[in-house]
Amino acid sequence: MGKEEIIERIHSILIEEFEVEQDKISPDANLKETLGVDSLDYIDLVVIIESNFAFKVKPEEFAQIATLQDFYEYVISKIQSKNLV
Amino acid sequence: MKKVVITGIGIYSCIGKNLDEVSESLFNGKSGIILDPVRKEYGYRSGLTGFVEKPILKNVLDRRARIMLPEQGEYAYLATVEALNKAGIDEGYINENEIGILYGNDSSGKAVIEANDIIRQKKDTMLVGSGAVFQTMNSTVTMNLATIFKLRGINFTISAACASGSHSIGLGYHFIKTGLQDCIICGGAQEINHLSMGAFDALSAFSIHESEPKKASRPFDRDRDGLIPSGGAATVIMESLESAQKRGATILGEVLGYGFSSNGGHISNPTVDGPSRSLCKALKDSGLRASDIDYINAHATSTPIGDSSEAKAIHDVFGMYKPLVSSTKSMTGHECWMAGASEIVYSLLMMQNSFVAPNINFENPDEDSAKLNIAKNTIAKNIDVFLSNSFGFGGTNSTLIIRKFL
Repeated sequence: MGKEEIIERIHSILIEEFEVEQDKISPDANLKETLGVDSLDYIDLVVIIESNFAFKVKPEEFAQIATLQDFYEYVISKIQSKNLV
Repeated sequence: MKKVVITGIGIYSCIGKNLDEVSESLFNGKSGIILDPVRKEYGYRSGLTGFVEKPILKNVLDRRARIMLPEQGEYAYLATVEALNKAGIDEGYINENEIGILYGNDSSGKAVIEANDIIRQKKDTMLVGSGAVFQTMNSTVTMNLATIFKLRGINFTISAACASGSHSIGLGYHFIKTGLQDCIICGGAQEINHLSMGAFDALSAFSIHESEPKKASRPFDRDRDGLIPSGGAATVIMESLESAQKRGATILGEVLGYGFSSNGGHISNPTVDGPSRSLCKALKDSGLRASDIDYINAHATSTPIGDSSEAKAIHDVFGMYKPLVSSTKSMTGHECWMAGASEIVYSLLMMQNSFVAPNINFENPDEDSAKLNIAKNTIAKNIDVFLSNSFGFGGTNSTLIIRKFL
């Protein structure tokens, strides 16, 4: 899965599963403030990442993710490291 | 003590998804029972069940609200929207007044099983998602509705088996009567999926008259062979008379009496004494005499022993006055945790439209039901006062008496 495809998939998850409005989605959007993702939504992000990208997130790793760009990079790095193993 | 009235009702059931549909079904004696092949495949002795369509709430409730609502919570949400509309209570009124919720619910089996299936498979609790805990708790309906409607009054669930819905109205009546609250959303909700009722089916309590599903629920009939599980939700908006009159609300009925008792015996075998005491207590509370009751909506679920015991209790208390009796479970099946509330809604619809709904499939009485005045067919009748019985496992009994508001 290429970077573009991963980003596309993340956008579609946010729009379809989390009902985030499309025009709010941009790399510098803050997950909590701009996209309205609350503490319970992080649990659902863990579920959706597992089913879409086949890796498990450790909740503490979310602490470092503030913007959507951080989120792309986090998912991309996890997928890349998994593919290298 | 304050007078307690009903200003709104709402219903989502196997005989209709709103008050108009349900009213028509009651009048026409329409059954909501089907044979569900999934139950047979799953290992049920009886595949009979009430059928309720799954509500579509996308674009009605946001994602956060939807993922926290179990099946019976969806039904309860729709019934409550209808009841609040009927009562003329909107968001602005809720924001400015302390409105409570007391709702009957006694299981969330499907949500519990599905969440644990995921945990067992994935070996990771987090993968059930954030909604599961709020769906699986017994108080799921009140916690969800209180959040969705932003309620700020009394807020808890009543779990009293098949009398849950009735006790919720009884408790609402007391909270308002004693001045603790002015307005409470009461009701009952019941899930209707194959995952939730298997343990009940295990007791051989369900009818196996599978060849004719619509004739299987036959309360008081000589040839009844068991109940049929069903579900949905019913909401009753209860209010102090002062509050209702101040708002200019239409008053649908006045709650005059609440009786209750516990059998003090077997966990599932009914008695005559327990229900009789509940009936007498409700009559005493209402200040009415047995001769004042125009119609009894019986608990009668179509089980051989249960219906006989109730028939004896009704005969003991009402004897010579012979009020009209019917069990709407002949059409709906047994709506369990919801039944005590839905049967208040059904009876109020009859009161509003001046008819007694039929006890369908009542073809031949047995020794006990022969002593009652059972409505075989729809009867045009002015109802000024009705009484509704609900009984549950553990011997919990509840009786409500409601009068047309004059």
